[in-house]
Amino acid sequence: MSRFLAPLILIALLLAGWELLVRTLGVPTYVLPPPSAIGLALIDRAPVLAGSALQTFWMALQALAVAVVLGGGLAVAISLSPIAEQAVRPLAVTLQVTPIVAIAPLVLIWAGLDNADRAVVALAAAVAFYPLFSGVLSGLKSADPDLERLFDLYGANRIQRLLRLRLPAALPASLEGLRVATGLAVIGAVVAEFVSGSGATQGLAWRLLEAGNRLRTAELLAALVCLAGLGLALNAGVEAFERAVLRHGHRR
Amino acid sequence: MASPLPASHGSDLAVSLTGVTVSFRGRPPLGPYDLTVARGEIVAVVGASGAGKSTLLRLLAGLETPSGGSVVRASGGTTGFVFQSPTLMPWADALTNVTLPLDIAGVPRTEARRRASTALQAVGLGDRLTARPGQLSGGMAMRVSLARALVTDPDLLLLDEPFAALDSITRRTLIEDLHRLWTARHPAMVFVTHDVEEAVYLAGRIVVLDSRTGRPVADIPSPGPLPRPDRWRADPAYREAVEAVAAALASAMDPAR
Repeated sequence: MSRFLAPLILIALLLAGWELLVRTLGVPTYVLPPPSAIGLALIDRAPVLAGSALQTFWMALQALAVAVVLGGGLAVAISLSPIAEQAVRPLAVTLQVTPIVAIAPLVLIWAGLDNADRAVVALAAAVAFYPLFSGVLSGLKSADPDLERLFDLYGANRIQRLLRLRLPAALPASLEGLRVATGLAVIGAVVAEFVSGSGATQGLAWRLLEAGNRLRTAELLAALVCLAGLGLALNAGVEAFERAVLRHGHRR
Repeated sequence: MASPLPASHGSDLAVSLTGVTVSFRGRPPLGPYDLTVARGEIVAVVGASGAGKSTLLRLLAGLETPSGGSVVRASGGTTGFVFQSPTLMPWADALTNVTLPLDIAGVPRTEARRRASTALQAVGLGDRLTARPGQLSGGMAMRVSLARALVTDPDLLLLDEPFAALDSITRRTLIEDLHRLWTARHPAMVFVTHDVEEAVYLAGRIVVLDSRTGRPVADIPSPGPLPRPDRWRADPAYREAVEAVAAALASAMDPAR
């Protein structure tokens, strides 16, 4: 009960204080609108915001799927060969440390300005790639060394070792990677949308830019609230997935 | 090297090491190991921690590449290995853990499950087939590990301080179990322990390792037929063998020697 009540009371108190302060000090609404104005903007712009949220959500989800297939697949592939890992790791790290904003113009050119949402998906996938790759790879290597010896003893081949030992052992670390990647996919999608700019995509980031350019601060904050809600929803989804997969005492 | 059977008796040999050395990076090499284990023999290996007991077992199992010397293993047989901890797959139930060696060998699924449940029954866990390792006590998990080692009907069973983490009552019952399982199938057994009394009670022969190089420095027979009744622990011959092994171990650990 108090688990939900305490944070709700805190939020209500903060919002009331904010409302009171803005009204008594007479702060201009384009600098800081009161929470009531943000609430009204949320209701007023509900259809537009919902459509944009859906688009951002969809782009982030596609990016996540691409990152799972490429990052997880590459990790599994190179775990079968130590030389391949030595060859690939520096490239994967390079991808991780390269700021996404820096490669955005290039990706936009490749995707074509008419397909800006494809570029957004590609860029968000590039950001979400590394935690998945790294999580799956370290998970594949986390199997108990004595269990690895047991597989040696019984002459297991690479596929048996992968399916019966390394993949199940990799599950917790892979899910951890997925959780990090989910957050990054949303961030990546928003940043990529900012860069592609001027209405090429219609996600929440575009609503932020649009409202900001017109000094409609209440609408900007309303879009921000939607973005935070989207992040929370995705996070809850991943957590539920993690619980469902690990339910059977996987971690003992 | 006192060995009950000369290594030339190929058909009576389970496994033998001749002048085997192992080097790990940054450490002085271990060995040379000379050890012959005959078919159906029970050998206990005692030594200080860090004396290379686990390395010796891994050499016998073919899991360690020697840098010198030769390892000869009787052909055709399988090897069972029990580690210090149960080393079970936490995501799989007891039955699936025990079928593992058969699954890897390509034994058909129903056949593998039948043999695994027989092996689990033999260690008294016939009613815990679907339990996951996290739901089992330490002693029960060790029994699952033992069933997994026995499921291929090995001619060589290697045990690396398998009962060290268990309480003394559980340990005694597991030792009785081990004797019973040995009586049923007579695999050669090499049993690493740091418990001298356990070694003398369980084995027909006790090998003492040097504390620095891991080289076997003493090979002491434990008298009397196997398996022994519990009351054998009161026999003067048992006490004598315990004294002899303890003395050999003390001299192997003496740095001023």
